[in-house]
Amino acid sequence: MIEEILARTQKAAREAEVFTTTMQETPAQFEANRLKGIQSKQSTSVALRIINKKGQLGYATSSNLEDITGLVENAVATAEFGAKAEFDFSPRQRFPRVEIYDPAVANVKLAEMTGVAEKIIAAVTRHSPNVLCEGSVNKIVAEVNIVNTRGGRAHYKKSVFGIGIEGQRIQGTDMLFVGDSASSCHPILDPKEIIKNIIEQLELAKNTAVLRGKPMPVIFTPEGVASALVAPLMAAFNGKTVLEGASPIGKRIGEMVFDKQLTVYDDPTIAFRPGSQPCDDEGVLCRRQTMIAAGVVNGFLYDLQTAAKAQTKSTGNGNRGGGSMPTPSWHAFVLAPGKSSQPQMLKGIKEGLLVEQLMGAGQGNVLGGDFSGNVLLGYKIENGQITGRVKDTMVSGNIYTLLKNIAAVGSDTKWVGGSLATPSLCFNDVSVSTR
Amino acid sequence: MLDLNAVARELADYLKKQNADYIEAHLEESQTSNVSYRGKNLEQVGKSTAAGGNIRAMVQGGWGFVSFNRFDNLQSKVAQAVAQARFVGKEKSQLAEVPVIVDEVAAKIKENPAAVTLAEKKRLLDEYNETMWTTPGIQTSNIRYGDNHKKTVFLNSRGSYITQERADSILYAVAIAARNGEVQQCGISVGSRDDFKPLRRFHGEIKQLAAKAVEMLAAPVIKGGQYTVVLDPVLAGVFVHEAFGHLSESDFVYENPQVRELMQLGKTFGQSILNIIDSATIPNLRGSFKYDDEGTPAVNNYLIREGKLVGRLHSRETAAKMGEKPSGNARAISYRFPPIVRMTNTYIEPRDCKFEDMIADIKEGVYCKNWYGGTTSMEMFTFSSGETYLIRNGKVAGMARPVMLSGNVFTTLMSIDAIGNDLEMNQGGGCGKGGQSPLPVSNGSPHIRIQNCLVGGK
Repeated sequence: MIEEILARTQKAAREAEVFTTTMQETPAQFEANRLKGIQSKQSTSVALRIINKKGQLGYATSSNLEDITGLVENAVATAEFGAKAEFDFSPRQRFPRVEIYDPAVANVKLAEMTGVAEKIIAAVTRHSPNVLCEGSVNKIVAEVNIVNTRGGRAHYKKSVFGIGIEGQRIQGTDMLFVGDSASSCHPILDPKEIIKNIIEQLELAKNTAVLRGKPMPVIFTPEGVASALVAPLMAAFNGKTVLEGASPIGKRIGEMVFDKQLTVYDDPTIAFRPGSQPCDDEGVLCRRQTMIAAGVVNGFLYDLQTAAKAQTKSTGNGNRGGGSMPTPSWHAFVLAPGKSSQPQMLKGIKEGLLVEQLMGAGQGNVLGGDFSGNVLLGYKIENGQITGRVKDTMVSGNIYTLLKNIAAVGSDTKWVGGSLATPSLCFNDVSVSTR
Repeated sequence: MLDLNAVARELADYLKKQNADYIEAHLEESQTSNVSYRGKNLEQVGKSTAAGGNIRAMVQGGWGFVSFNRFDNLQSKVAQAVAQARFVGKEKSQLAEVPVIVDEVAAKIKENPAAVTLAEKKRLLDEYNETMWTTPGIQTSNIRYGDNHKKTVFLNSRGSYITQERADSILYAVAIAARNGEVQQCGISVGSRDDFKPLRRFHGEIKQLAAKAVEMLAAPVIKGGQYTVVLDPVLAGVFVHEAFGHLSESDFVYENPQVRELMQLGKTFGQSILNIIDSATIPNLRGSFKYDDEGTPAVNNYLIREGKLVGRLHSRETAAKMGEKPSGNARAISYRFPPIVRMTNTYIEPRDCKFEDMIADIKEGVYCKNWYGGTTSMEMFTFSSGETYLIRNGKVAGMARPVMLSGNVFTTLMSIDAIGNDLEMNQGGGCGKGGQSPLPVSNGSPHIRIQNCLVGGK
């Protein structure tokens, strides 16, 4: 079928590339502490990218693998107005093996899937009978095929298993949200870690504490780092942002822009992680790339077209989100761990804040590095101890200022979502506003 | 070619014969096109087509759902959805009654974006991009246009059979200014339902974006804390959506006794000047439709009247379980998802306060316009302004950097003490919930004033 699409573009196009995905997803959803529904989702899609005889890019997608005529017509029609292709499609190459498929995921029975969530919910409600849980357990099997007219071809299968459970406790107008999630290319049938994390949050949130707004030491847990500080870095290291001159660090390669404790890389090769894959969505080999090496800006992420414009090589980061043409993006954002445990970080803080979840931080001037958000879950630190949950509290700042001066990098790396790993980070002086 | 009606006819009788409490099917086909610029250069021109469907079944209160974009073996898909529902169901199925409806809703499309040629769309974006770059000082820009023409068929085991059609288009433009490693941006996000024409007239707004982004570089950062805040209609619309709209979605309420008590009808949420409405019945807004995705007719729904909670947003299930009337708010972004309780067009009703009077007695305050985004945890919400100005001694003074506003919904709604007369609906928003994003909605408001609003800053 793919070969037929390529053949049909020959008349109108100089080069062509076909990208297909098929996916089978089975989420089980929980509401109000019980199983609410089970879904089964089958989807297929095909994307055709061509370079026409005048060298312009055309692009069309369809969910119907049989409608080749419509797909080719649309790609040819868009090429007439398309941007100039500055690159060639990826030639044939060997990809190193990246382990991302475990056949056991597809074979997990419905009762096993729902059983995992039921165990979590039972443990949480045993601890706190007034908590209502919702969430889902999901298994996904996906298959990707890429073929182009320069002989490039890639094929891989990926399995993903994910669990996410959120508990809410509502008393009057006071709402507490706790929760945890985990994902892997293997089945996750043992929820011990998730249960432990949720119960720990419930314990810490038992008391409330009053914090007075001012600059103070703040510890961001892995979830806190993910929700507050990562989005600006992701944008700044995108080769497209750099090419346009809109990245604050675009011209600072080789310079010490961040604290020397900070090392960040993109790693699509870690075995059995949902963000891993052997090649990107235009068939370019994926590999680990260091973005920040001990505080020094080391490189940026590129797809084929952006790399050609920037007169460099694709880093294998051409990803298609939401059916659009490949564009540079991260596979797996990894912030390297440091040596401090959480107790060590807490020690020495006379008055401060521990942020577990910051809400709304990605809505500001992300490109400029500004962030500002409401502490959805966070605790007051007094004399090295967590004393209670805070409310009506906002944290604001600029990540370029903060990450220049990190008080401590944690040793407690955790995967947050499928493709982001980070430890806790501690800063001495962060702006905190309260009511 | 795929014939959705042929598929629907094949399914219609079959759905009625199953051993389930309720079954519905959604079938859908759509065409989209998009054109985007980054900086001075054309980035992408694309077209896509999609078709698919789903079967949703209820057995003893449990839901099964099967989505697909291959239309073969439909009967086995029905069987799978019923089997899943049976696996889940352990109680009594409850769905509020709605009439059996057979209706072919004729689209009232004025100028269909799907019929506007790519050449013309590109020409318009060329103009916008040139306009953007006439202002000196910007570093780069981003302009995106996209449209989606969609036909849907809904049918259920009671005999309803509804076809609907809609054409959405959106335009997003942002100017980015940079100096000495600092970056500021200013953007607009606008949309239109069933008419391409309104998107042709944004030259003026786009021209200003660049100038504002450059001006922001020199603007001061506000000191964080509590302020009297005045919101323009666009940002006040985002506020009413985030801070109150999501709270009135009954899937958050119906199975939680504490929330049911908190959200009792008749409870006071605001001062007597406050009226909030959600209505899919207003013609030509992006949240409008005649029937929702469960085949329930849309209604004009007062959520807050004279400060008191008087209504909420329902699916058939939440309405039945709360003993209230279904409101036609079950919506799905596509056939790949089951309908869940969502907003449509949500707005604060205008009153009579003039803008000058609203700011007249503010000694030190903040005037926020336009938006970047917003989110909610139900109790707490945040939303961010696109432009911010200081108010000093009753006058709008200079520009400040954009801010994030945050608060507790229960105290903040009570703190709205002035509502203007200049209602505007914003069509550029897309709402996200439960992994379904962006759902076309609109929201709006006149200018409003909020006392003691928490503003993030230095």
